[in-house]
Amino acid sequence: MSSHLQQLTPGDPVLSPHAARSTGSGTGVWKHRLKLVFPVLVLGFFTLAAIAPSWLAPFDPLAINPADSFSPPGPGHLLGTDESGRDIYSRIIYGARPSLLIGAAATAIGVGLALILGTLAGFGGRWLDAGVGRILEVLFALPGLLLALVFIALAGPGVGTTIIAVGLTTAPGYARLIRGQLLTLRHSPMVEAATVLGRSRAKILTTHLLPNALTPIAVLGTLGLGQAVVWAASLSFLGLGAPPPAPEWGAMLSAGRTYLSLAWWMTFFPGLAIVLVAAAATVLSRVLNQGEKS
Amino acid sequence: MISPQVPLLEVKNLNVSFGHHHVVQNVSFTLTPGSCLALVGESGSGKSVTARSLIGLAGKHSKVSAQTLAFKGTDLLSLNQRTWRNLRGKDLGFILQDALTSLDPLRKIGREIDDALRIHTQLSPTTRAERVIELLMSVGLDDPEVRAGQLSGELSGGMRQRALIASAIALEPGLIIADEPTTALDATIAAQVLDLLGALRQQGSGMLLISHDLAAVSRVADDIAVMHNGRILESGSAEQVLGNPQHPYTQRLLAAVPAGKPRHTRLSVQPLIKVPGLEPTPQVAVAPDEPRYPVLTAHNLSKSFKMPNGASFTAVHKASFELLPGKTLSVIGESGSGKTTTARMVLGLLKPDTGAVTLFGSPWSKLSEAQRRPRRPQLGAIYQDPLSSFDPRFNVGQLLADALSFGATRSSRKHLTRIKELLNLVGLESGFITRNPATLSGGQRQRLAIARALAPNPRVLICDEPVSALDVSIQAQVLDLLDDLQRQLGLSYVFITHDLSVARHMSDDVVVMRRGALVESGPTEEVFTAPAHPYTRALLAAAPEVLRS
Amino acid sequence: MTPGTHTKPVRRLSRAAYWVLGKFGGGVFVLWAVATAIFFGIRMIPGDPAEAIMGGPGSQASAEALAQARADYGLDQPLVVQYFSQLLRLVTGDLGTSYSLKSPVAEVLTELVPPTITLAVLSLIVAWIIALFVAMASIRSGPVGRALASGLEIVSAAVPHFWLASVLIMLFSTSLGWFPPVSTQSATGLVLPVTTLALPLAGFLGQVMRDSMLDAHTSAFALSARARGESEGGVMLRHALRHAALPGIALSGWAFGSLLSGAVVVEAIFARPGLGRSLLSAVTARDVPMVTGVALLSAAAYVIIMAFSDLAERIADPRMRAS
Repeated sequence: MSSHLQQLTPGDPVLSPHAARSTGSGTGVWKHRLKLVFPVLVLGFFTLAAIAPSWLAPFDPLAINPADSFSPPGPGHLLGTDESGRDIYSRIIYGARPSLLIGAAATAIGVGLALILGTLAGFGGRWLDAGVGRILEVLFALPGLLLALVFIALAGPGVGTTIIAVGLTTAPGYARLIRGQLLTLRHSPMVEAATVLGRSRAKILTTHLLPNALTPIAVLGTLGLGQAVVWAASLSFLGLGAPPPAPEWGAMLSAGRTYLSLAWWMTFFPGLAIVLVAAAATVLSRVLNQGEKS
Repeated sequence: MISPQVPLLEVKNLNVSFGHHHVVQNVSFTLTPGSCLALVGESGSGKSVTARSLIGLAGKHSKVSAQTLAFKGTDLLSLNQRTWRNLRGKDLGFILQDALTSLDPLRKIGREIDDALRIHTQLSPTTRAERVIELLMSVGLDDPEVRAGQLSGELSGGMRQRALIASAIALEPGLIIADEPTTALDATIAAQVLDLLGALRQQGSGMLLISHDLAAVSRVADDIAVMHNGRILESGSAEQVLGNPQHPYTQRLLAAVPAGKPRHTRLSVQPLIKVPGLEPTPQVAVAPDEPRYPVLTAHNLSKSFKMPNGASFTAVHKASFELLPGKTLSVIGESGSGKTTTARMVLGLLKPDTGAVTLFGSPWSKLSEAQRRPRRPQLGAIYQDPLSSFDPRFNVGQLLADALSFGATRSSRKHLTRIKELLNLVGLESGFITRNPATLSGGQRQRLAIARALAPNPRVLICDEPVSALDVSIQAQVLDLLDDLQRQLGLSYVFITHDLSVARHMSDDVVVMRRGALVESGPTEEVFTAPAHPYTRALLAAAPEVLRS
Repeated sequence: MTPGTHTKPVRRLSRAAYWVLGKFGGGVFVLWAVATAIFFGIRMIPGDPAEAIMGGPGSQASAEALAQARADYGLDQPLVVQYFSQLLRLVTGDLGTSYSLKSPVAEVLTELVPPTITLAVLSLIVAWIIALFVAMASIRSGPVGRALASGLEIVSAAVPHFWLASVLIMLFSTSLGWFPPVSTQSATGLVLPVTTLALPLAGFLGQVMRDSMLDAHTSAFALSARARGESEGGVMLRHALRHAALPGIALSGWAFGSLLSGAVVVEAIFARPGLGRSLLSAVTARDVPMVTGVALLSAAAYVIIMAFSDLAERIADPRMRAS
C-alpha cells in the first residue's frame, strides 16, 4: 500500500510526475505565465472582496426587501435576489471573507496536522512510521465527508466544528504525501553528498531537507485551500455549517436548496463562486508545482 | 567488401528535421546483404533518428526527405502506412537499446516474440508457439518453454536483450537495425550479445548497428560511418577508420578511448591543468623508495542486507584492500558485484557488518558519525550523477561557498578568490558562478562536482563511476582532469568502475569484485597481462579493444 | 533468476494465506479503532447522551425519564464496563438501538445498504467508461483534445457534488423535464444521481489513465511493437489500454470511498434512501448508535473494497505477483 497512488486526493499535483511536462523552452515559459492569469484574477478579486467588500458590493448583504424577493438575475440585481429580497451578488462579495477564512483555517489545520504526522513518519524512524501509518489507515477508512460527519455527530454542528472537521478530513491524504516527499528527500544523493562533506544531521535538515520540502508544502497548501472551501461548503449545504442568514457561501447554498426549482440563481451563483475559487487554487498549485520543477 | 548485387539498403542525402531543427543532414550510405555497417557517434549526433527514419518511425513531428531511400530497390519514401507495416517486422527488424523498456513489462516474453508471426503470417497458434520456442533457443536462452511464459522483469539484462533480438528476427528479416543493443549490458554479456548479432549477419542478414562506442562495434562491423552533428564525417572499412582515421573528429574520438593507452597518457586535447605555485610532475611527488604507508585500508569488509521477503543478501563478503598515497586503486566489477556498497562503507555511509576501514592509519568505519565528522574533509567523493548530489536551490557559487565554509555560509562573495581558483582548477570559467548546475552540460557538472569535492582540501577521493554517464570525448577530458589533479595535488583515488579500459588507464592497482567477493587484486599491469582468476580472464576476453596494443 | 518450479505452489499458497491474514488483521484493527474512537469521543464532549436519546436538549425531558433512558441504554454503568460490553455486542453483530428511530441499527442498515451500493457501483462503472473514453480520445486527437481533457480534470477537482447536482436538476428536471429531480427506484431516477457522482470521478480517473496511457503510447516497448509491424490500433489494444487500466484499478478502492462520501450529498439532494442520507439525519439528531453503525459499516466496506482492489491490481499487474 505504501507507495501507491490510491490515497491521493483528486487533482493532486504534488506526486504526479506529469505535472511538469511542458517546461523549458521560451514558449513554455510564456505558456506558464499565461496559465497564471485565471487564478490571479479570480483569487485577486475574491481577496479584495474579503478585505473590502463595501468597495465591490452595491447593496447591504443583510438588508431585507420583501418586495424584491426572488427576482431573477438582471440589471437591478446582477445575480438576482433571495427569498427575502437580499442581493445575491452583494451577499457573495460579503461572503468571501467568512468563506475564505473558514477555508484558510481548515487548510491550516489540515496541512498542519499533516505536517506533524508526515514529519513524524518521515523522520521518526521505523516504529513511528508504522504507528502513524496505522493512524492514517483508520482515518482513510472513513473517506471524505464520512469522517467529517462522524466528527460533527460527536462535537455538534457549527462553524468551529466545520473547520476542524474539514481539517481532519483532508489531513490524512496530505500527511501521506508529505511523508513520501520527506522519505524521497532523505534518501537522496544530495543528503549523502552533504554527509560526506561533513554536515551534521541537524544541519542537513535545516539547510537541505526543510527548504526543499517547503515549496511542495506551499503547493499543497494552495491546493488545500480550494479543497477546503469545497468541503466546508458541502457541510454548510447539508445544514451543518454556518447558520443560514449569514452571508457565507455554504449557508447561502443551504438556503437556496429549498428553492432550487423556484430560484436557481440562489444556488447557482454562490456555488459558482466556490467552483471558481477551487479551480483557481487548483490551477495555481499546478503552476507553482511546474515552476518548482523546471 | 562491396558486392556487385543490388544493395540491400541505399540511402542518399537523407535529411531529417524537427521544425527548424535539422537533426540529420545529407547522410548517405549503402548496405549490401550479409554486411554490417556501424553508425558511430556521440549523443546528439543524429544516429538514432537516422535509424528510426529507416523504419518510418522517426516521430510524428519529423520531416524526412532523401534523394534515395530504398530497401531492396523499393522506394521507402513513397510507402503508405499499411505497406510500411508490412515491411516492419517482416523485412526490417529493429532492436532497441534497453530491453527492460523495449519489452512490455505486462506481456509475456512469448507473446512479444509471437507478435511478428501473428501480424505477418497465417500460421496456426500452435505452429507459432513452436516457432517462438525455436527462436528463444536460437538466441541462446535455456529453458525456452519457461522463458516464453515469463515477463521481461523476471529475466536478467542479457536474457532480456536476447529475447528482444528474438522478437525482431522472428521472420528472418533481410535488414536488422540495432540501436545501441549492448549499451545497458555488462561487458561480458555485451560481448555475447554482439557475437549473437554477428552470427545473424553470417546467416545473410544485412545489419545496421548504431552505437556510441567505437570499441564495441569493432567486434562485428565491416564498415564504420562516424556521425557528428547530423552529418557523416568519415566512412570506410572498419580497419581503415579505426587504423588510419582521416577526419580530425575521428582522430580525437579514437584518442579519447582509454583502451590501450598507458597510464598518464593524455586522452583529450585540452591543456594541462596548472596549479599556481606548483609545477606539474610526471609522477606524484613522493620518492619511490620512501617508506609508504597506505592512506586508506579496508580489512575484511562484509555487508549483508535484508530482502523484502526476509532472506538475507550478502552484498560484500570479506573485502580487503589498501590505497597508497598518490596512487589510484580501481575497484572493478559488473552490476551487482558489491562495488558501490564497498564505496559506501569506505565513505562511512554504511556500517560494515564485519571488518573495518582505516584512514591515515587511524580507525574510520568504527567511529561514530559525530567522531568522524571533523575528519570528513580528508575524504571527498564524486558520483556518477553529479546533479542529483547538488541541492537544486544552490547555484554554482553557493555550492562551492557551502563546501569551502564547511556549511557556514553560501554567500559566494566571502570566498570569491578561492571559488575562482577552484573553478579554474577544474577548467570552468568564473562566469559560471551564478549559473544553476541544472543548466550545465554533463561534463561541466562533473567538473563542478570535482571542484566541490576538492574544496575542503581532501587527500583521498572516492570516485564512484564518475565517467560512465559521459560521452567518450567528455569522458576523456574528465579522466585527464582527474589525472592532472592527482599529479598536481598528490591526491589518492579509489576509482569504482565497470569499465576495464578506464580502470587500466587510470589506476596503479586494481581489485576485481564479483558477487560481493574480491576475486583478484594486484598491480594493474600484472592483473591485466597475467590474470590469475578465471573471472578476470573472462572479463578481459569480453572487453572490447579498438586497437590491440 | 531461475524460478524453483518445484517449491513454487507451496510458497505461493503460504504467501496467499499470509496476505489474507494480513488484510483481515488490518481490517479488524481499523474497525476496533473506529469503534473505540467514537466511544471515547462521545464521552469527551460535554453533553448528556441521555438527552440525545430523549430528543435533544430542547426536549425538556424529566429527570426520571433521563434516568430511565440511562438505565435502558446502559449509560449508568462504569465507563470500562460500558466499553467492553459494547465491544462484545459489536463482535456479535449487535449494533445497538437507534436513539431516533428506536429500532435496532443492524436492521435499519440492512435495508439501507442495497440502494447505496447500487448507486456507488453504477457510478464507478460509468466513471470508468467515461475515463477510458476521455483518455483514448485525448491521445488520438492531439493537443486540442489534451487541453480539453485537462480542463475537465481541473473542473472535476473543483466542482462540488452538491453544485453539480443542482445544475443538473435545473437543466434536466426543471427546464427540460427529462429526469425526475427526486430519485425513485426506476432507472430514470438513477440517471442524475449517477451522473453527479460519476463525472468528477471520471475526470480524476481519466487524468491518471491518460497519463499512463500516454507513457505507454510513447514508450520504447510501443516503438518496438510498431517496429514489428503492429498497427496503432494494436498498440492501443495490446499495450496502452492495459497500462492505462492499472492506475485506474489501483485507484478504484479510493474511488469507491469517495463515492460513499459523495453519496451523502447526492442522496440528500435527490431524496434517495440510503446510508448517506441516514447518516446525515443521524448526525443532525446526534443519534450515536446509528452514526457508529454507519461508520463501522463504511469502514468495513472500505477495508473489503481496498482488499479487492489490491487483489484486482495483483491480477492485472503480473509484476506485483512476482515481487
